[in-house]
Amino acid sequence: MARIRTTVDGLVYEDDVEPRMLLVQYLRERLGKTGTVIGCDTSNCGACTVHLDGLSVKSCSVLAVQANGSEVLTVEGLERDGQLHPVQQAFHDNHALQCGYCTPGMIMQSIDLLGDNPDPSEQEVREGIEGNLCRCTGYQNIVRAVQDAAQKMKPGASQAAPVGGGA
Amino acid sequence: MIPASFDYVRPTSVAEAVQALADGGDDAKILAGGQSFIPVLRLRMGDPSLVVDLGGIAELRGVREEGDKIVVGAMTTHHDVTRDDLLNQHVKLISEATKTVADFQVRHRGTLGGALAHADPAGDLAAPALALDAEFVIAGANGERTVAASDFFEDYFTTAIGPQEILTAIRFPKYTGWGARYEKFNRVAQAWSIVAVAATVKVEGGSITDARIGLTNMAGVPVRARGVESALVGQTMSEETVRAAAQAAAEGTSPTSDADAGSDYREHLAKVLTGRAVLAAAG
Repeated sequence: MARIRTTVDGLVYEDDVEPRMLLVQYLRERLGKTGTVIGCDTSNCGACTVHLDGLSVKSCSVLAVQANGSEVLTVEGLERDGQLHPVQQAFHDNHALQCGYCTPGMIMQSIDLLGDNPDPSEQEVREGIEGNLCRCTGYQNIVRAVQDAAQKMKPGASQAAPVGGGA
Repeated sequence: MIPASFDYVRPTSVAEAVQALADGGDDAKILAGGQSFIPVLRLRMGDPSLVVDLGGIAELRGVREEGDKIVVGAMTTHHDVTRDDLLNQHVKLISEATKTVADFQVRHRGTLGGALAHADPAGDLAAPALALDAEFVIAGANGERTVAASDFFEDYFTTAIGPQEILTAIRFPKYTGWGARYEKFNRVAQAWSIVAVAATVKVEGGSITDARIGLTNMAGVPVRARGVESALVGQTMSEETVRAAAQAAAEGTSPTSDADAGSDYREHLAKVLTGRAVLAAAG
């Protein structure tokens, strides 16, 4: 067992974990944060994407012990005072999901992308979410949603909403 | 799947890590960025007794200039490599190739040293390292040694790193002012290279004065396209010259046949992609 201390969605947790425990297991099974899902078990699908110290990672490809001392942001930590994050809202507004399974990872990766490139072209969005697979939508509305969110998150945009990952 | 049980240590210096490997015996394995190793553990294709995580060793991260070399710490992430000014200026080929590795999430965690030590024949960084005449700094119980890229890659997933040694840094000569292009052919997003070509060329006064070309996935190890290099050097730059020189790209290769491509198709790809890579690098 290894003792780890992490900050997850703004709260500090201390736990003993087996070294083999994956970060995604820790989030889901210890902390009950089932908003982060396991899609493929092969590191391809990106459904389990979270932010680790401000950078998107596939939480099935990180050990929980590696997150010791780090800050983790999951899809469950995006909402502020009952208001969805602009990227969550844009996915809702643009019907950017069908079954919804890829959505938590898509949203977390899109927020990472917009943090780096606040006004991406369609091609840049497609490359930015290259590590996230959607088997329903054909990506069209997902790309639209990310570009819509980019417009709403611009400084001076009318929608009063939190900007960035909140971490 | 969940990995099988293992012990875990996170040393804070190279010396401690070398000691941990020695203490751990034959079943001890090194964890770098984990983007290949953790999937291997999860699929139970590996079952180490001890995992030595290099993530806590600050001296293994970062890029620095040392005389006429650019030195990259083995634990420098792909993300950091693509954004590094020294590499962009002096070793552009490695920056260009690194941008094509997997996807953003993997590049945030994966490391240059980890990818090179893993030595997947379809990995994107070995061919550039070979083309660039990189040197590999390897630490072990008896101190440090340096291995040339031409001696580093021994076979599929096999390098000159001994079982109780650690790759600590990769040294690149400077290629300041050279053009560079990594031309990658794959089927879908985030897929491995079926074939890829790493090309960096120096063009002066309309002539190609130097050229380095490495091929990905044209054998179990990266291959240098020396026939193309010598056919290019001294020539006046033109599309016709480049396409003609590129015809030598498959010489000395031994590509595999698999579900993605037969060996004859890989040979065809090597020639076409070499032409494209050199033209883009020279442009």
